[in-house]
Amino acid sequence: MLLLVQYTLIFASVLVLVALGGCFAEHSGVINLGLEGIMVIGALGGALMMRTLPGSMAALPLILCVLLGAILFGVVYSALLGVACINFKADQTIVGTALNMLGVAAATVFVKAINTAANPDDVSSEIQYVEAKKKFLLNIGGFEFNWFMLIAIVMLVVAYFVLYKTRFGLRLMACGEHPQAADSVGINVYKMRWAGVLISGVYGGLGGICYILAGVSAWKFENGVAGFGFLALAVMIFGQWKPTRIALAALLFGLFRALSNVYFGFPFLTALNIPGSVYNMLPYIISLIVLAFTSKNSRAPKAEGIPYDKGQR
Amino acid sequence: MKKNILKNSAVQSLLASLLCIALGLLLGYVVLLFINPSGASEAILAVVKNFWNYSRANLQVKNFGNTLVKTAPLLMCALSVLFAYKVGLFNIGTAGQYVVGSCACLYAALQLHWGWFGCMVLAIFVGAVYGALVGLLKAYCNVNEVISGIMLNWIGLYTTNMLLARVKESTSPYTLHLKTDAPQAMLPTLGLGKFFNNNGNVTVAIPLSILLAVVIMILLDKTKLGYELRATGNNKNAAKYAGMAEKRNIILTLAISGCLAALGGAFLYLTDFEQWSVTQSSVPGMGFNGIAAAFLGGLNPIGTIFASYFIQHITVGGAYVDKTMYSSQISDLISSLIIYLCGFVLFIKYAMNTSIAKREEKQIQMEKEQSRDAKAEKGGDK
Repeated sequence: MLLLVQYTLIFASVLVLVALGGCFAEHSGVINLGLEGIMVIGALGGALMMRTLPGSMAALPLILCVLLGAILFGVVYSALLGVACINFKADQTIVGTALNMLGVAAATVFVKAINTAANPDDVSSEIQYVEAKKKFLLNIGGFEFNWFMLIAIVMLVVAYFVLYKTRFGLRLMACGEHPQAADSVGINVYKMRWAGVLISGVYGGLGGICYILAGVSAWKFENGVAGFGFLALAVMIFGQWKPTRIALAALLFGLFRALSNVYFGFPFLTALNIPGSVYNMLPYIISLIVLAFTSKNSRAPKAEGIPYDKGQR
Repeated sequence: MKKNILKNSAVQSLLASLLCIALGLLLGYVVLLFINPSGASEAILAVVKNFWNYSRANLQVKNFGNTLVKTAPLLMCALSVLFAYKVGLFNIGTAGQYVVGSCACLYAALQLHWGWFGCMVLAIFVGAVYGALVGLLKAYCNVNEVISGIMLNWIGLYTTNMLLARVKESTSPYTLHLKTDAPQAMLPTLGLGKFFNNNGNVTVAIPLSILLAVVIMILLDKTKLGYELRATGNNKNAAKYAGMAEKRNIILTLAISGCLAALGGAFLYLTDFEQWSVTQSSVPGMGFNGIAAAFLGGLNPIGTIFASYFIQHITVGGAYVDKTMYSSQISDLISSLIIYLCGFVLFIKYAMNTSIAKREEKQIQMEKEQSRDAKAEKGGDK
């Protein structure tokens, strides 16, 4: 049972972080379908940090360095979306999809190159971080507390505060609802959209490194992040683009994701004799059902997905 | 005045696609240089050369055939993406529809021992249902087709792995060979293999996929149904106002799109060129490469034929890079870069048009000035 709570919380942390990233981008008016790719690249940034830093380093500086690596990679990568969608008015769906594919391909090529350079016989796309992972964990009476659970809560509070309580956040949301009106009162729409996209890079990168640290102590970059970026988007839609609701939605989705990791620990679930694949499918099936019921009255930002054109009325 | 051929939109699309290819290869080369400068030129050449990496002519022809065998499914996936996109829907679920199509035909062949035609029909049917599911969710529940498509991709993958585990080889995670266990389900070759140094995997799938590209073009451009579908894509509300069943059109589009993708799965797995691995943990890239091929082909069915070949050519070519320095995923990197660059196509066309317009304006101005000068000279003569 404790294990289920632990996994639920860690997967919910991933989903909350990434969904908030999507939330920032969409409130500024850009649909960020590339979150999946941003997660992969963010995870790569963090994993490279863990690979290069000495294992003897103290916990706090190590954690900070890893977070910084993930954020940096995530932000730089999200800039690719910004350039194409804000400055060149490209189709946001195509660019997002391209970023997802590019993320996995680029991470695989680089990690393989690094591995082969270190050892010519090693052609895997795996990075190991057994020692570094321990620094993120704190054992409290059998419950493995992961620092990312705290980070997710902090980032959630920050997101809520920034969006609703600061001038910047309110202006950002105005650009997603009615950019022309925002422009007419002197808000630079392009700048605000850039801010939204880059912030989603920060959150996406953090979510990525959190995801690969969730269960395992080595990651094969060929596998990407298994649709988690899109699950996060489903969480965001279910949460109606509001941070507090997103947190609740993430807990629900996190629970179903966690079930696939720990279902064999429950006698009544194993007694049902359902194949493991069904549990693997569960989060995706649940998200489809949830989306079917919540998308009808969607409160999506009105101008999302439409490139802003100054000359247009 | 002479008409500028650059103004022709087909020429513009072609130029934009060629530019995307050139830039994609260039960026891929830069990445290779970054990893290890000593072998970068050879590696990028290996990717571009593909079957020309073999020195013997008969091996070249045989491997050309192999590339074509995998081009047919890719072309079907690209057509699936293209068809939906023309109706204003981004069918990223193509990847999943391809997967369930493969699943249906392999299951029918190996477990139910159906003939090849039955297998193909079942694949088409399953693909249509799977695609229509996305359409239903979109039309009646307003679910974003990209997100539901991705969810269905994963659901399809896990279901397929579960079902095909029943027909796998006992010692490996791969499904049984059609050649030995279900020869009745092999696609007819029509003797096409003779042209490719007796390559038994070259089947009717290749000409059939090209034929379907033409059919799709006619369906979209020349029929009432195609017109209605495109109208729905352009403006759902206007189509509804004009008396078209917009909800039905969305569902129908995705069902057809699903058929095409699923048929792609049948085109690959019914040739016995590859076996399905029931332990694979990521959705096959075929559907996603279809997105690349569709956009690289300028969203034109005929252009897509060539674009699919090109994408498949470099994907296969990736296997020939020097593995001690680089990995074969470099070709995935190049194709995803090409899709990213395809996002800029609109801008490239816009830039071309404005530069042509500027030049023409200048020309008209110059002509005006010349005629004015001529008049002034005349006036001076008087």
